[in-house]
Amino acid sequence: MTRRAVARTLVYLSLTVAASIVLLPLVVVLLTSLKTEKEMADADGALSLPADLLNFGNYVTAFQDGRMLSAFGNTALILLFAVGGTVLIGSMTAYAIDRFTFRFKTLVVALFLVAALVPGVTTQVATFQIVNSFGMFDTLWAPIVLYMGTDIVSIYIFLQFVRSIPISLDESARLEGANAFTIYRKIIFPLLKPAIATVVIVKGITVYNDFYIPFLYMPSEDLGVISTSLFRFRGPYAAHWETISAGAVLVILPTLIVFLFLQRFIYNGFMRGATR
Amino acid sequence: MTDTTPKAAVRAGAGAAHLAPVPARAPRRARLWRGVTPWLFLIAPLALLIIFTYAPIANMVAYSFTDWDGVSPELNYTGAENYAEIFTREDLFRVFFVSGYYLAASVVQIAAALYFATILSFNVRFRNFFKGVLFFPYLINGVAIGFVFLYFFQDGGTLDSILSLFGVTTDHAWLGTSTSANVSLAGVSVWRYMGLNFVLFLGAIQSIPGELYEAAELDGANRWHQFRYIIAPGIKPVLSLTVILSISGSLSVFEIPYIMTGGATGTETFVIQTVNLAFRFNKTGLASAAAVVLLLIILAVTWVQRRLVPDDKVDLV
Repeated sequence: MTRRAVARTLVYLSLTVAASIVLLPLVVVLLTSLKTEKEMADADGALSLPADLLNFGNYVTAFQDGRMLSAFGNTALILLFAVGGTVLIGSMTAYAIDRFTFRFKTLVVALFLVAALVPGVTTQVATFQIVNSFGMFDTLWAPIVLYMGTDIVSIYIFLQFVRSIPISLDESARLEGANAFTIYRKIIFPLLKPAIATVVIVKGITVYNDFYIPFLYMPSEDLGVISTSLFRFRGPYAAHWETISAGAVLVILPTLIVFLFLQRFIYNGFMRGATR
Repeated sequence: MTDTTPKAAVRAGAGAAHLAPVPARAPRRARLWRGVTPWLFLIAPLALLIIFTYAPIANMVAYSFTDWDGVSPELNYTGAENYAEIFTREDLFRVFFVSGYYLAASVVQIAAALYFATILSFNVRFRNFFKGVLFFPYLINGVAIGFVFLYFFQDGGTLDSILSLFGVTTDHAWLGTSTSANVSLAGVSVWRYMGLNFVLFLGAIQSIPGELYEAAELDGANRWHQFRYIIAPGIKPVLSLTVILSISGSLSVFEIPYIMTGGATGTETFVIQTVNLAFRFNKTGLASAAAVVLLLIILAVTWVQRRLVPDDKVDLV
């Protein structure tokens, strides 16, 4: 073999190893979720195949006893409001900052900028007291408001896009008698579509997967979102790995489907979102 | 930020009245209205920002000097006592050493991400498949990951079964001792976050113009030369951002250890400790001081990074 061929082989070998490290734990959990209680008891290791690949009994248990339906419902509600609010608030802020000159503008910009440096986990002890004093503790409003209020990344993303919209568009609309709100609603907002897609994806995934905020602010069982409901599996199903696995797969599956359909947008979204 | 102040509006209005018999009120009102408009767009965002970011920070600093328990109406000012406690009580200070495991893990993580981003930015078969597989863990719910890996490290679980395929039998409880538990958890965090770094690096590498490689190849540069002299300098801003995110991330680890071990067997991290202090032991004062310390460390790290690598990506205006 030439040196080039050796190098190529090593490259593919490393990729295959990495891919199996990623996939193996997930595949095993999928297999486990299809096993029966008896199979689990006298199994000869985690890698054995389930006897019946279409045994969805554990999924039914996980879905019903784990109250996953209400969990998906709560998550969907929070997603709808939090993501919608983030898009509205982020685009309005970006529009105001980019298209107007006003007193204290530098201060306002600095406030948003500095807030981006403060990690949310550090301030929850004090944020908790404030949320509590508004009577939002243990309601769906707590996560909704917190997700909306602290998202600086989306403001950055919108700002990049608002800047790229030519000001001449605003001016010609203004000559026709449109005021600032009409311009925002009829010109800026529709032109922000790619940015909105990015924000919806990045924010949506963050909200769907978040554990910390719902865990702290919504302890009651009726208000479980998918992460906290899944977390509650720990107690009752502690020894029943087939049920826990089914719960985990139920939670991962929607992410996988969305990922497969929106792959390209998701990559772009994260590249735009994470570099701030 | 000059001419939309009320004063300027008045002056302009008066000037208009001199020049033409048009009533001065309409333009003045229009200009005042224009001065107010940006604030109408900013009211909601600013209110949320101040209530849920700045007020908590101010309160937190205030609580950190008290012995407040978070519920009772009375609280006593205790000076810097909480801070002294954090830095002198060994059991409270220990959590910083746990961050060391995650810091070491991020070195592995960044190296792996760089390697895969480099090889996948060239022509490789099944490129999109590998890209997708490597990135996907980042999108998975943290609780689900926690369960997947609890089973992975279980006695007779995935890892033991794989090892026995290679003839290695272990009766090792992976999460049983402090060192192996922390190494295992840090490994999970590499598994989870490598994909994000990978995608960021990949994006940066692909924004490097392709002619550069061609020119280098004509000059006889091999892959390593291309990486060393074209790719590495080209992705420096993203790389430095990644380093900063890794350091602050290592200090604020919460989800995976909390879900998997609950902080037992020496895996308690700074955030787990703070959450426990505040919400389980009702030591809001002490927890606030701990949070202030964490915040200051992260701000300091960020500040150092900004000084070392001036980053033009963060300009807001």
